[in-house]
Amino acid sequence: MRASRDAPLQDRILDTFTSSDGLVSVAVVLLGFLMGTLLVALVGRNPAGMYSAIVQVVSGWDLRRGIWNARYIGEWLVMSIPLVLCGLSVAFAGRTGLFNIGAEGQYVVGLTAAQFVALFAPHTAGLHWVLAILAAVAAGALWGGIVGALKARYSVSEVVATIMMNYIAYFSSRVLTQLIPGANTYRTPTFPDTARLDSPFLQALTNGSRLNYGLWLAVASVLFFWVVIGKTRLGFSLRATGLNKDAARYGGINVTASVTTAMAISGAFAGLAGAVVSLGSFSYGRVLGGLDGYGFDGIAVALVGNSTALGTALAGLLFGMLKSAQPLMQSRQIPKEIASIIMGLVVVFISLRAGVRMLVEWRMKELARKGRTIE
Amino acid sequence: MPDNAIEMVGITKIFPGVVANDGVDFSVAVGEIHALLGENGAGKSTLMSILFGLYDCDSGTIKVRGKEERIRSPNDATELGIGMVHQHFKLVHNFTVTENIVLGLEPRTGTGDVDLASAEKRVAELSERYGLSVNPRDRIESITVGMQQRVEILKILYRNAEILIFDEPTAVLTPQEIDELLDILKRLRDEGKTIVLITHKLREIKEAASRCTVLRRGKLVGVVDVALASEEQLAEMMVGRSVSFRLDKAPAKPGEVVLRIEDLTVIGSKGVPAVRGLSLEVRAGEVVGVAGVDGNGQSELVAAIAGLLPVKSGRILLKGRDLAHAKIRERIQAGIGLVPEDRHKHGLVLDFRLDENLALKDFMKEPFSNRWGFLDFAAIAKHADELIAQFDIRAGSGAATKASSMSGGNQQKAVIAREIDLSPELLVVAQPTRGLDVGAIEYIHRRIIDERDKGRAVLVISFELDEILNLCDRIAAISKGEVVGVLEASEADERRIGAMMAGMKGGSRARQS
Repeated sequence: MRASRDAPLQDRILDTFTSSDGLVSVAVVLLGFLMGTLLVALVGRNPAGMYSAIVQVVSGWDLRRGIWNARYIGEWLVMSIPLVLCGLSVAFAGRTGLFNIGAEGQYVVGLTAAQFVALFAPHTAGLHWVLAILAAVAAGALWGGIVGALKARYSVSEVVATIMMNYIAYFSSRVLTQLIPGANTYRTPTFPDTARLDSPFLQALTNGSRLNYGLWLAVASVLFFWVVIGKTRLGFSLRATGLNKDAARYGGINVTASVTTAMAISGAFAGLAGAVVSLGSFSYGRVLGGLDGYGFDGIAVALVGNSTALGTALAGLLFGMLKSAQPLMQSRQIPKEIASIIMGLVVVFISLRAGVRMLVEWRMKELARKGRTIE
Repeated sequence: MPDNAIEMVGITKIFPGVVANDGVDFSVAVGEIHALLGENGAGKSTLMSILFGLYDCDSGTIKVRGKEERIRSPNDATELGIGMVHQHFKLVHNFTVTENIVLGLEPRTGTGDVDLASAEKRVAELSERYGLSVNPRDRIESITVGMQQRVEILKILYRNAEILIFDEPTAVLTPQEIDELLDILKRLRDEGKTIVLITHKLREIKEAASRCTVLRRGKLVGVVDVALASEEQLAEMMVGRSVSFRLDKAPAKPGEVVLRIEDLTVIGSKGVPAVRGLSLEVRAGEVVGVAGVDGNGQSELVAAIAGLLPVKSGRILLKGRDLAHAKIRERIQAGIGLVPEDRHKHGLVLDFRLDENLALKDFMKEPFSNRWGFLDFAAIAKHADELIAQFDIRAGSGAATKASSMSGGNQQKAVIAREIDLSPELLVVAQPTRGLDVGAIEYIHRRIIDERDKGRAVLVISFELDEILNLCDRIAAISKGEVVGVLEASEADERRIGAMMAGMKGGSRARQS
């Protein structure tokens, strides 16, 4: 009878980790780290180096030298903010039954709009950067909303449309930004201080990191996501449309408007990310030489975060942690690609959720076989 | 020579969370018509799918003509002379009868061309021999559903089937076509074929079958000699308790006209009119039934009333107000409650909780959401609790239960509860009891009559003629998108309505409303 005594524990662990999507994500992240650790050991390095780099990023403690420097925490957050925002963008679309691959393009139009307002709007302290942020949000919403409207009215696949819109955004941004007087092939003149998101308080707190007002904007965005999706009439309509368009329509919800609104809100998050990066981390407007990739990373962030507000925020912080740990890992002789590999593994494993479901179904079948119960 | 064409012993098939067949024994003698009876979900189709090689059983043995066989695919089954006529036909619509029949084993001429002439000859012979009267050269799209079913039968006869399985073959037929089908089954039996008839309709069993195997919840209940069992006994075996078939109800007291549909035309999914100049009236305090075979415009009629399909011409008057082109929202607010025919597609958001589903049509109003657009979850849950109690909806975790985890009967009760609760002037119920067990059917019929007695106008659309006859005070037969005639329930019977459903206005005294 010992076997049956052991089995429940095993079952319990499995039950715990398959009982909710959130715990599946946790299990998957742990699995990703486990594989990453094995990989580091396999190439003959000490995995402890990887973890000490991560600890330093998250807490500021350099375990090797026993020095504390809060700047690392600040830089971690700076790295995470656009990931969280783009994650929210993809997640919002996901919750409403849409796949937004265009967060990258919406990020680019947001960034471009913010740069223009930063350079051309009146330099009024306290208002200038707010205008730039609003312009970016509006541009992102427009860029997403166009796709939503095309989808709702003409059944254009949002996947194809957003991919195309990414290219349009990228090249338009390059062309338009180079037209700015004083711009060369890679940058515009310097932004006035009134347009920047610098926060002396946050900088002081994190020992001079680039941490800025974007932090509060990101926190506000997470709250906004949580409230709108879960607590409002609008969120109810959007979720119903996402889960069953036919039933939503029959229930009197305007499905066309829902899809357009959902994509516009989704795009607004990515547009905000563009503004935060451009006004927070740069002192000049950029002529993009390539895509920053936050929008694409956002897909993975939303996936790992199960498209919930809190989950996406945590997943964004996790990915930001791995990204900003890369240089530190390299200084500890750990190949920095390991961080990317772990991110990749996490995404692959999470995509295997279907496999986890199969496992659960197989177990239910086993139980049914033993119990011979129906229903 | 073995007596049994098929012998299945101890068949067990487990799906995730459900034992669909639990040690079922099933045997069919050579040359008999054997009925397989059970409610939805009793495991009839699973058992036959195992025999036909669509599923592999988890345990048990299958003997065909006394020899143990492993049937891994429908091709194996065909080789063994087993053929199946599915509920949904698998025919190519723009092919001829013969082309459909030979599909997959086309005879070739010396030069390698398909030899349709010889195939046609053989199809004609088979049709003649079994009295199917099918013309081998007709195109599928131009023949009736009953005829298409015969093409399916020919298809398996052409493949030399000796054992023929019919999965709910009468679900898509008019009463007259059902009679013809039963005659064909007897003819096939007389010619030496063995037939398994899957059904939940007792009359057909009494008429055609010699023995009947009854399943309930995946288990074998018993095998009976049909001649020695009454319909009541069969029903009791199927359901597990005694059931009453007649719904007792007081005579209707119809009042003013609530719904008047005038000359309504609706374009269907194929781009041609599915509802053609249909007119119909429903008064307060009466149940009007629309009887017809699937695909005669009923779905489009319901969709047009709901506002899901645009109205091409004509009017839909609710108490004199034309709603033919109104928004869906306006129709809901005007007091139309509508139970859609497909509760999974239109009725429910399966991934929503029960309470969210119960508020699906009025979440945007007080008390469920306030004027700033925020939802009041306490009010939504309270409303759900009231409906759960009032309509006896069984849900594992009450208002918080996910709709997808509820049984079909309780899902349907939830949809009906929501629609009745919207206090409609008019309640439209499409396929009120499709796929439900007897207990749920009785309950839902009762609630519909209760609504009528409260003075509401009720329009019921159903493919089940028994249900229409049982429930309705007036009956409109629909054929090809038109109302062929309207009968009072007192003067309606299966024959007359059946004739009208087939498009014959000869329901004699039928009045056009």
